[in-house]
Amino acid sequence: MAFVTEEFRVKAEKICAKYPKRDAALIPLLQELQKESGYVAEEAMDELARFLDLPYSRVKAVVTFYTMFNREPAGKYHLQVCRNISCHMAGAPGLLARLRSKLGITEGETTRDGLFTLSAVECLGACGAAPVMQVNDEYFEKLDESKLDALLEDLKHGKYPLKG
Amino acid sequence: MENILLRDKVAELEGYFAAGGYRALKKALAMTPAAVIDEVKKSGLRGRGGAGFPAGLKWSFIPGDAPGPRYLVCNADEGEPGTFKDRELILKNPHALLEGMAIAGHAIGAASGYIYIRGEFAAEAVKLEKAIAAARAKGFLGRNILGTGTDFELHVHRGAGAYICGEETALLESLEGFKGQPRLKPPFPAVKGLFASPTVINNVETLAAVPAIIERGGDWYAAIGNGKSTGTKLFCVSGPVNKPGVYELPLGVTFKELLEKSCGGLQEGKRLKAVIPGGSSTPVLTAEEAWLVKLDYESLAAAGSMLGSGAVIVIDHGQCMVKLLQVLARFYHHESCGQCTPCREGCGWLEKLLNRLESGRGTKKDIDTIVSVAEAMMGRTICPLADAMAMPAISFVKKFRSEFEAHAAGRCCPPDAPVKH
Repeated sequence: MAFVTEEFRVKAEKICAKYPKRDAALIPLLQELQKESGYVAEEAMDELARFLDLPYSRVKAVVTFYTMFNREPAGKYHLQVCRNISCHMAGAPGLLARLRSKLGITEGETTRDGLFTLSAVECLGACGAAPVMQVNDEYFEKLDESKLDALLEDLKHGKYPLKG
Repeated sequence: MENILLRDKVAELEGYFAAGGYRALKKALAMTPAAVIDEVKKSGLRGRGGAGFPAGLKWSFIPGDAPGPRYLVCNADEGEPGTFKDRELILKNPHALLEGMAIAGHAIGAASGYIYIRGEFAAEAVKLEKAIAAARAKGFLGRNILGTGTDFELHVHRGAGAYICGEETALLESLEGFKGQPRLKPPFPAVKGLFASPTVINNVETLAAVPAIIERGGDWYAAIGNGKSTGTKLFCVSGPVNKPGVYELPLGVTFKELLEKSCGGLQEGKRLKAVIPGGSSTPVLTAEEAWLVKLDYESLAAAGSMLGSGAVIVIDHGQCMVKLLQVLARFYHHESCGQCTPCREGCGWLEKLLNRLESGRGTKKDIDTIVSVAEAMMGRTICPLADAMAMPAISFVKKFRSEFEAHAAGRCCPPDAPVKH
């Protein structure tokens, strides 16, 4: 049990108590597991299925349905550029192209040093501040090329106080 | 007029309380549930998430004699492209939502509630958790609220990235720990909802309007707005305007007024081409159609569109309508849950057709195929996601056909379009 540790179990029971049925805690518990290791490993799904007494297929179905679950380790900084209509009009395609060329990766890939993962995502619900990029849990709004460059430099040098 | 929802200095409990907060809860708890529902009915308050269903009527569908628990769920899965009002409301005035939920819980006899918030809204989820803890410490939430013997426990539940979970039955599936695939109705959630119990699901903005209605009366609220579209609405404006953002205005305000008075007009050098008035799923309006239209449920329906979530997406002449529809088709195809064939396949076909047209490889026949595929999707699925794709598709082609034909003739985007290929 590398993922569902004793410490995790204590936390998990508290989360389960919020619901009249334990399996309703499946998504919050997957989120906890992802917080620990940056992604949801196959073994983690297996261990969680046993913990909640659910078939493995149910857990895997949920993990593959929702876009926020990473099934592979993500970089230290997960750059998620919104590409929906308002961000598109405000220049999201240019930001994505710039990130691709500066980082040498395309959407869905991680840089070799493990620092950055790049994703194009759908509406982040911050259209008034378009174009928007989410980095891990934080939103960066009204971006342009120079702001993007400065942010990348800050992240590379660990200057930005992001939660891991 | 004064703002009801977006107010200053109420982000924390102290400020909210000082401004008269939680007085409505005290008043509501002294009323019978039926009297609370009547007051909300009288206000004319309608669902602010997009469908516009009368809130008081929705509450009254909970069977009075049903045994077992009932649930109140707040839909904070804000994901309709163009919409960013609930986020702002949660950050600026979270206690209006909590107080509104406690009142609604009393009205429908629910002793517990959940706020389902989209997973990406991390800071907003933390804000809600803190607000709930503060309200519980003062006895406004939890066991035996204000010593009245009424219980209302409130939990925050974070989503995990799926637009479809904004649909109320998909949201319930997700909240129960399943894939977010919409349920067949009937049974309706009021009869068999969360954990198979009677459930009411309301949008953040709807619930946050409840305390003011209880405190000042349904008649007071109903006097604001335009006809059957009562009260104020949060309009989220995005696109090339000088001051994009969320504006609280009475329903029935004209687009012109919203654009010129609130948003400071279009950015310099931009010319208005089109407006999507209620989020990406609602039919597009041309500049001429949009200019003087009143932004309320009935007026927008009469103009052939919808108020939706109040997400006003402004489009200027520099944008290519074929490209924008392609962006939307990619989105709906990505977000279709895959349950119903017309949606799963239809959204994919539309994306492929638009990819072809947009890149200059399409034909005139493709344009008609877009319309026929979209028409075949309408009203033939469990939930409205297929319609949400079909409505922009049909209206974009109908109103901007010349741009589609130009693409079919091998001429791409307008000369000043920002995206070149």
